[in-house]
Amino acid sequence: MGKTAVEKIISAHVGHDAKAGDFVVADVDLAMTHDTTGPIAITAFREYGREKVWDASKVVIMLDHAAPSPNERISNLHSLLRTFASEQGIRLYDVGEGVCHQLVVEQGLVVPGDLAVGADSHTCTYGALNVFAFGIGSSDMSGVLLTGKLWLRVPDTMKVVFGGTMPKGTCAKDLMLHLIGKIGSDGADYLAISFGGDTIRGMSVSERLTLSNMAIECGAKVGLMEADEKTTRYLEGKYAREARPAFDDDDAAFRSRMEIDASRIPPLVSRPHSVDSVVPAADLAGTAVSQVYIGTCTNGRLDDLRIAADILDGRRVSANCRLLVCPSSRQTLVDALTEGVITKLAAAGAVILPPGCGPCPGTHLGVPGDGENVLSTANRNFKGRMGNNKAGIYLASPATCAASALEGRIADPRPYIR
Amino acid sequence: MENILNGRARRFGDDINTDYIIAGKYTKTLDFSSLAEHLLEDLFPGFSKTILPGDMIVAGRNFGCGSSREQAPIAIRCAGIAAVLAKSYSRIFFRNAINQGIPAFLCDTDSIAEGDRIIVNIGSTTVELPDRGTTLPMTPLSPVMLDILKEGGLVEYLKRHGGFVLDPQASDRPRREG
Ligand code: SF4
Repeated sequence: MGKTAVEKIISAHVGHDAKAGDFVVADVDLAMTHDTTGPIAITAFREYGREKVWDASKVVIMLDHAAPSPNERISNLHSLLRTFASEQGIRLYDVGEGVCHQLVVEQGLVVPGDLAVGADSHTCTYGALNVFAFGIGSSDMSGVLLTGKLWLRVPDTMKVVFGGTMPKGTCAKDLMLHLIGKIGSDGADYLAISFGGDTIRGMSVSERLTLSNMAIECGAKVGLMEADEKTTRYLEGKYAREARPAFDDDDAAFRSRMEIDASRIPPLVSRPHSVDSVVPAADLAGTAVSQVYIGTCTNGRLDDLRIAADILDGRRVSANCRLLVCPSSRQTLVDALTEGVITKLAAAGAVILPPGCGPCPGTHLGVPGDGENVLSTANRNFKGRMGNNKAGIYLASPATCAASALEGRIADPRPYIR
Repeated sequence: MENILNGRARRFGDDINTDYIIAGKYTKTLDFSSLAEHLLEDLFPGFSKTILPGDMIVAGRNFGCGSSREQAPIAIRCAGIAAVLAKSYSRIFFRNAINQGIPAFLCDTDSIAEGDRIIVNIGSTTVELPDRGTTLPMTPLSPVMLDILKEGGLVEYLKRHGGFVLDPQASDRPRREG
């Protein structure tokens, strides 16, 4: 019997053969925490009475969730994190560097075959680089800081194969919304998703990251993909460690297998207040939106901003709508400035926000008003998510968001694609 | 930690996510008592004021889905909730609850109504509903989770053990966690 890629990566991190269902204690290659989850992890770590973390070179701290700080309470939490990082010799990415998950992949902090944990549910994003990566809480993070290890149950794998060419106007985001709509918000609970198929192979690394990012929205522990020449090129010159890519064996024991024809997926929208409530954008056409947000770890990368800029170039955002754009990292911002993408967005009426999470987690920089609808490229639309439980959040691709900003209403992007 | 819990059921539905348990805007603090007053407020304004000692949250499928914020189980603990019972949990929340020393039980909660008395023994395989004269089967926690819970949470567990200690017999049992 063959093995899944997940079983192979975990086996390499526990020093013996592990299979789905086993309880193991695994070595961690990278531990990431940020300004929402880090303070509790550090407070817990200090209770152990140990002076130093297990390996400062394998820990990173990001100030991204409320950055720059909107108030003194958060400023003091940022100070706590900065002090801890400098005491310990831990790399800290300060305000304005970008969203944690974007920084991890962009800075080459992980390589194929790694086992990474983050005190953030969207840590599953790095699965797109063939990293077994998953979110944990602050206490578990404190245990990793102490020991460099974590107990876990080896998950079964759900194989999801995308075939065919995405139609014009359809983005990677739409494929993932389709899958989540189909299997539901707990459809992959306790499972690893392993993505495959020619659609995924044809995608850029950025598009792949969008899919893996949302694996948690159907409960999956990770959204794993194979490493190929695009992965290698993406990480080129960024890391010194050796990659150990892992592949699913054909005769591995998958929990289930699903084939999806990408050529039949139209632009989609997820409706409030649940990510799995997915319908074609065309069905919601005309629904008024007061704010459109393009950004986040799901869709704030350069090619997402390009898609939006192509649609918005020479046009003007509706007077009834605010468009907020938040590049996912400083590098993204610099590239988008150099290419003129930011100029097109700003000229069309976009408010450009500092790289980070922006308004996604509801702390600042664009909290919607009562009764307002927001259309966002983020990954989550729970009630209250953006800071107001009387607002409705819809989720869509950067193309659908850009087209909708022009109309001030949810719009099918296809007529706007040049 | 108390082994026998006895309290009232507080009913919630399916897919109660961690944003509902505690909204993101409140999470940036180390003053945990301030979290308790906002527990589940987007679904039930003023909920925390109605909690009596021993109350247990009883929910449907996929409790705790969404964010990894441990502020969610911390808010539950600080608000005085004694335990959570659900048909299934999202993985990260399940770990976080146990790590915070909150008993999170897995059972078919359909027949439990708001206000029902619940008696449950940590480590047992049944839940008692004395008002209804019935007991419900419960999926036991894995040995490592039970060990962490018995210590009152992960920090206490790690203080005692210095690392994770697994029972080699624990593997291969059909469990939905971790
Ligand atoms: S952008 Fe949103 S989803 Fe991504 S890490 Fe930040 S808060 Fe979380």
